[in-house]
Amino acid sequence: MKLTGAQALIKSLEMMEVEVVFGLPGGAILPVYDPIIESPIRHILVRHEQGAGHMAEGYAMATGRPGVAMVTSGPAATNIVTPLCNAYMDSTPIVVITGQVARSAIGSDAFQECDTTGITMPVTKHNWLVQDTDELPRIVKEAFHVATTGRPGPVLIDVPKDVSNDTMEWYWPDEIDMPGYKPTIRGHRGMIKEAARLICDAQRPVIYAGGGILKARASEALRALAELAGIPVVTTLMARGAFPDDHELCLGMPGMHGNYTAVTSMQKCDLLLALGSRFDDRVTGKVDAFAPDAKVVHVDIDPAELGKVRRPEVPIVGDARFILEEMVEAVKAERDKRGDSLPDLAPWIDQINQWRERFPLKYDQEASGSLLPQFCIEKVRDMSPDDTIVAAGVGQHQMWTSQLWRFNHPYTWVNSGGLGTMGFAVPAAIGAKTGKPDRTVWAVDGDGCFQMTAQELVTATAERIPIKVALINNAYLGMVRQWQELFYEERYSEVYLSPDLPDYVKWAEAMGCVGLRCETPSDVEPAIEKANSIDDRPVVIDFRVDYKEKVYPMVPAGGPNDDIIMDPRYFAGGEDYTS
Amino acid sequence: MSGPADNAAKHHILSVLVENKPGVLARISGLFARRAFNIFSLAVSPTDDERVSRMTIVVDVESTSLEQVTKQLNKQINVIKINELHPTDAVERELMLVTVSAGADTRSQITELGAIFDAKIVDVGYDSMTLMAAGQPDQLDAMEDLLRPYGIEEIQRTGEIALPKLSRESTKLRSVKKPA
Repeated sequence: MKLTGAQALIKSLEMMEVEVVFGLPGGAILPVYDPIIESPIRHILVRHEQGAGHMAEGYAMATGRPGVAMVTSGPAATNIVTPLCNAYMDSTPIVVITGQVARSAIGSDAFQECDTTGITMPVTKHNWLVQDTDELPRIVKEAFHVATTGRPGPVLIDVPKDVSNDTMEWYWPDEIDMPGYKPTIRGHRGMIKEAARLICDAQRPVIYAGGGILKARASEALRALAELAGIPVVTTLMARGAFPDDHELCLGMPGMHGNYTAVTSMQKCDLLLALGSRFDDRVTGKVDAFAPDAKVVHVDIDPAELGKVRRPEVPIVGDARFILEEMVEAVKAERDKRGDSLPDLAPWIDQINQWRERFPLKYDQEASGSLLPQFCIEKVRDMSPDDTIVAAGVGQHQMWTSQLWRFNHPYTWVNSGGLGTMGFAVPAAIGAKTGKPDRTVWAVDGDGCFQMTAQELVTATAERIPIKVALINNAYLGMVRQWQELFYEERYSEVYLSPDLPDYVKWAEAMGCVGLRCETPSDVEPAIEKANSIDDRPVVIDFRVDYKEKVYPMVPAGGPNDDIIMDPRYFAGGEDYTS
Repeated sequence: MSGPADNAAKHHILSVLVENKPGVLARISGLFARRAFNIFSLAVSPTDDERVSRMTIVVDVESTSLEQVTKQLNKQINVIKINELHPTDAVERELMLVTVSAGADTRSQITELGAIFDAKIVDVGYDSMTLMAAGQPDQLDAMEDLLRPYGIEEIQRTGEIALPKLSRESTKLRSVKKPA
C-alpha cells in the first residue's frame, strides 16, 4: 500500500490509538492536515499554539494517555516551546508534531524556517527531524514509547514538508530498537529489603510522595504501604490527589506554601521515604537545613534524581508501583521476623495531630466583609462533585487551591509545577475536559494568568468543551505583590492590573461563554450553582476578591523550613512554634 | 594549564559510545553547557561499527558532580554506554601538531628536543618547522613548555583519546577460589 508521508503520519497516530489532536495548521504542515479530514481522530483547532501544547498536557494529566499537539514550522514551533518546557519539568507525556520547510530549504533561512529540533533539544526528552518518508512509522512508534515509558516527558517530531508529500510503502514496525534507551523498571531487591528494615526501625517516619506516584499509577500501592506501616503522607504540589486528602494519614502539601504540619513533620522525621519526588527547592527550602535528622529512602525511575540534591541512605531506581508493591511484602516479612519488637508510632502520630489542631489553614470570611479568595475556592470545592477535575494557573490562586481543595482521587489536579507557567489553567482545563468529558472541570485562574491564554475559551465554545473558570480577580499580579510587600518594603512595582479592565464578564460573553460576577460573599453560592447547572458552554465567574490577602504559611525563598511564617493575624510571630 | 597533580584530582575521562546520528554531538555539548559542566577536551571518532561513534570526553569536575554528568549523559537516548576510565586503568594518548620558529641557529636544537619526545618533523620552511607528536597529555604539555621559548607560531591538539588497559591476569588464576 503506497501512502504519502502525511497519510502515513496520520495512520501511525491512529495505530497509537490517538483519539484527539490539538493543533493549528500552517504552511509546512499543510500536507498533514489533508488526511485529517478522513481520519477518525478528533482535531481541536486552537487559537494559539501555546494553547495546543497546554491542552495536550491537561489531557495527559487527566487521562494518563499521551497528549498530542500538531502545529506548523517557525513561529508555531517557537510558540509551543513553553508547553514543551512545562511538560519537561513536570514529566508529562506529550507528543508534539511540527511542520518544517522542505529538506532542500533547510539551512537557507527559508520562510517560516527555524531550527526546531535545535531549539527544543533542552526541553524535550528526545526529538527527531524526519529525514526520509520511510522513517515516519518507526519514528512515531519510538516517540510514543519514549514519551510514555521511564520518566515520562515531552517529545517532538519535526516533519519537513517534502517528507510529508513523498510516498512510501506502508508498514508498521513490530518492535522498537533503541539500544541507548532501556529504563530500569524493577527495583533492586536488596535495597527494597533495606528500606523495609528502616521502616521497621523508624519512630518518626514520613512519606514524601511526589508526582512520580501519579505517573507510575502507584496510588493504590502507596496507600497499601502507608496503611500497613501507619506512616503519614505529604503530597507535593505535583502529587495532590495521589493519596486521598480525607485519609487520616494525609498531611497535605509541604513546601514554601505548605501547611504547618506537612512542613514540620518532614523537618522532625527520622525517616523520609521520598517516593517519586525530586527534592525541589520549593519543597526543601535551604537544603542543608531540610529534614536534618532523617535517613532518606529515595525511589525514582530517573537515576539522575537519586543524589542530585540529597544523598539517600537507600537509593532505589525503578517504577514506583512495582517497588511499592514489593516494599509492602518486604515490610510484612520484616515484621514477621521481628514479632512484637516494633517501635510505637503513637507518640509521633499524637505530635502530628497536635500540630494539625494548633496550626490549621485559616481565614476569616465576614458576611459583610470584602470577598476572600480562599472562601470562593472553598465554595467551588464544596458545591462541585467529589471527582471534579481542577486546573490552576500559577500564583496565589494556585497555592490556595492546592492547600484548600480536597483531592480524594488521583488525576483530579492539573497544574504547572516545575516551570510555573502563567496561563496554564484555561487550555489545560480544556485538554482535561476533552479527555474526561463526563467530569466537571473547573479552572481556578488568576486575573494575570487569565489574560495570557483566555482566547482558548473561543476554542472551548466552538468545540463545545464546557469548562468552568473561577477567576480569582484581585486586580494584581498577586504573588509578585506579596513578595514586594514582604521582601521589598511594600514598594509595589508593575503589579497592578485593574479589576475591570478588561471587563471579564463582557469578555467571557464575547467568547461565547456565560459570564457571571461576584462582589460580595452572598453572591458566591448562587453564581457557582448557576455555573454548575450549565453544561452546553463554558462559564466564567469573575470573583472580585480582596487584593490584600496573602498566601500563608510561607517559607522565604532559600530559607530553612524551620523558619516557616504563619499568618500573623491568627498566630503569634517569632515564637518557636514547635516548643 | 594546571600541573599533572591537579589534573589527576579533577580530570575524569569518559569514554562514551553514542549512536552515529545527526545532532548527537550537539545534544552532548548542549547538555554540558546547560548543566554547567565543564568540558576539558572532547574527541569524536567512528568505531568499527558504523552505527556507533566513540566520544572521549575529559571533564573537569569533583567526583560528586561527575555522578550527575554520567547520569545525565545516560539519559540521552542516543548514548549507548559510558565508561569512566581511571587514568591508572587507561591507555591515554593525544596528538599534537606544532609549528615553531626555527631559523638556521635553532633548527638543530628543536630537532633534538623533538627527538626526546619521539616527535616527527612533518614540514619545514625557511624560518619555521612543524612537528608532530603523539603521547600522553602531560608529555605533550612538557614538550609544549620546552618549545615555547623558541616561539610557537601555531599549535593544534586533538584532545585526549583513551581505551581501558587490558588485563594481564590469566583467566585461570582469576578463577581460583580463595580457601574458605
